[in-house]
Amino acid sequence: MSSLISIRSLGKTYRRGNQPVPVLLGIDLEIAAGDYVSLMGPSGSGKSTLLNLIAGIDKPTSGTLLIDGVDIAALPENDLAAWRAANVGFVFQFYNLMPVLNAFENVELPLLLTPLGKAERREHVETALAMVGLADRMDHYPNELSGGQQQRVAIARALITDPTLIVADEPTGDLDRQSADDVLNLLDRLNGELGKTIVMVTHDPKCAARARRLVHLEKGVLIVGGNGDGH
Amino acid sequence: MMASYVFRLASKNMWRHRLRTGLTIAGIAVAIVSFGLLRTVVDSWYAGAELSSSARLITRAEASLSFSLPVTYGERIRRVPGVKDVTWAIWFGGIYIDEKHFFPQFAVDAETYFDVYPEFVVPPEQLAAFKRDRRGVIVGRKTMLKNGWKIGDQVPLKGTIYPGTWSFTIRGVYQGADDKVDEGQFLLHWGYVNEKIKAVLPSLADRVGVFVINIKDPGASAAVSAAIDSGFRNSLAETRTETQKAFQLGFIAMVDTILVAIQTVAYVVILIIMAVMANTMAMAARERMREYATLKALGFSDRFVSILILGESLSMSLAGGLLGVALTFPLAEAFFSATRDLFLVFTVTPVTLALQVASSLLIGICAALAPAWNSSRVRIVDGLRAVT
Ligand SMILES: Nc1ncnc2c1ncn2[C@@H]1O[C@H](COP(=O)(O)OP(=O)(O)OP(=O)(O)O)[C@@H](O)[C@H]1O
Ligand SMILES: [Mg+2]
Repeated sequence: MSSLISIRSLGKTYRRGNQPVPVLLGIDLEIAAGDYVSLMGPSGSGKSTLLNLIAGIDKPTSGTLLIDGVDIAALPENDLAAWRAANVGFVFQFYNLMPVLNAFENVELPLLLTPLGKAERREHVETALAMVGLADRMDHYPNELSGGQQQRVAIARALITDPTLIVADEPTGDLDRQSADDVLNLLDRLNGELGKTIVMVTHDPKCAARARRLVHLEKGVLIVGGNGDGH
Repeated sequence: MMASYVFRLASKNMWRHRLRTGLTIAGIAVAIVSFGLLRTVVDSWYAGAELSSSARLITRAEASLSFSLPVTYGERIRRVPGVKDVTWAIWFGGIYIDEKHFFPQFAVDAETYFDVYPEFVVPPEQLAAFKRDRRGVIVGRKTMLKNGWKIGDQVPLKGTIYPGTWSFTIRGVYQGADDKVDEGQFLLHWGYVNEKIKAVLPSLADRVGVFVINIKDPGASAAVSAAIDSGFRNSLAETRTETQKAFQLGFIAMVDTILVAIQTVAYVVILIIMAVMANTMAMAARERMREYATLKALGFSDRFVSILILGESLSMSLAGGLLGVALTFPLAEAFFSATRDLFLVFTVTPVTLALQVASSLLIGICAALAPAWNSSRVRIVDGLRAVT
């Protein structure tokens, strides 16, 4: 399988005042197109940091990060935003829906950055909401939906632009077992049926087991599942 | 499409805190109304001075306005080169019912007064009737309305300067040629008053307060004024002649300092509400840090987020501003009728309206500057970590 994501000696150091805080210490990782990777590790090990770098919402301090051959760290801010809009779907732990927009409008949001017309947008949004089983909740606002339903709306928003890559940071962290299963089933379908490459951060081994591949981070270093081991 | 979307999102955001937004809009409206009214107060003072052309001169006693001049000066003024018409008037100051029913009364020269004041428009047959009846008066439309009078009514006045009870008959009504003309005056025959007073108080007879002079060439007002005053130099009653505008500005000079203060207050009010509004917007933007970061993660630009905040701020300030503008008119009306005797005119000018709208825009823009800048600059990962 060809690599979609290619990470070499990737380092990230934050600064707190004058104090450097090294978080990622030379990560090497290849993720194939169509793979489904779960990223585990203790709190503070740098999982979210790594995910954010892959998603192009943060910049590495050292190393290289190629996604589909594109060196995203080198892109200027505007190009990077356009790249994210076209290539990445986001699923957050706390859903991050716009409270003033209803389910339909939330899912439609990323399409406003595309040249699609109103009718086409409607068609896409309805399909996406049907896929996550919320066709009958289109005009509900986030505060009128359960946590599980909100996360499903967020998943519909993540897949609406048909991105190659979906990143999910603890997507079930705030959900009960049943809702979590619904969300994980959806992610399975996105990977299995639609061929999306998924990188998911999770604390829960049961969740992690749903992925094809497991990567373990410890204090900024990959322990298992890095290049060469794992499956 | 994007623009209408920004606007919808901005106005939805705006109403998330109904009370806070409502109070802010009310505050802006109050500030804009105050600004408008204060400016109109200042404008109206000066408008009084703009009433007439510099082609009209006023001659009064050099000593003070409360001194009078002999009526015989009129003939001598008429002979000064450049003078076209001369008329005269003196404050009558009678009381109608009581002091609360005040309106300005002048004893004027019936034959010439309306020739010099063409902006007091009187139907010719009414003017003729007034000239025929020595106890007749011509009254401004405003004072007619206020007292519910009609032509032919008798108006009794209790004299203050000129003792006794006087009775006048309304023979005509004048209207202003434009809305700057004072329509409140009550004009009676100087000749009649003079004749009656001669018998009881001869010292008051044959005196006038001011001569009002129309000159042939407005550009020559300085020369003609000087010629008139030099004619009376070293006489018992020296004169001071100036244009009507300067005469009124002289009045206004006394209150000039107050006007400057009023104008300053008007601008300070705007500054204060700007600070209040900036605080509101900063609070709103801070609360939405995570939403803005999410928008940016989804691919929306920093600029989009700034425009969203600017749009919300402008929606709020313009809502308040337009409410303020709308309220200015009825409030100016009410203010005018509550202070009838203070102002000749009280009109909200187009300049004031434009300044009100401009201030609203400025409030909205300034209030959004800091939060828009901060929110566009905040890094996505930091914004996403923000707790709400
Ligand atoms: N913006 C930042 N500035 C400074 N330090 C940061 C920043 N973001 C993360 N860190 C630090 O980097 C380290 C790793 O953070 P990260 O969020 O990647 O951990 P994590 O593995 O996702 O943890 P958790 O499981 O609790 O979410 C932590 O020590 C954190 O304090
Ligand atoms: Mg994390």
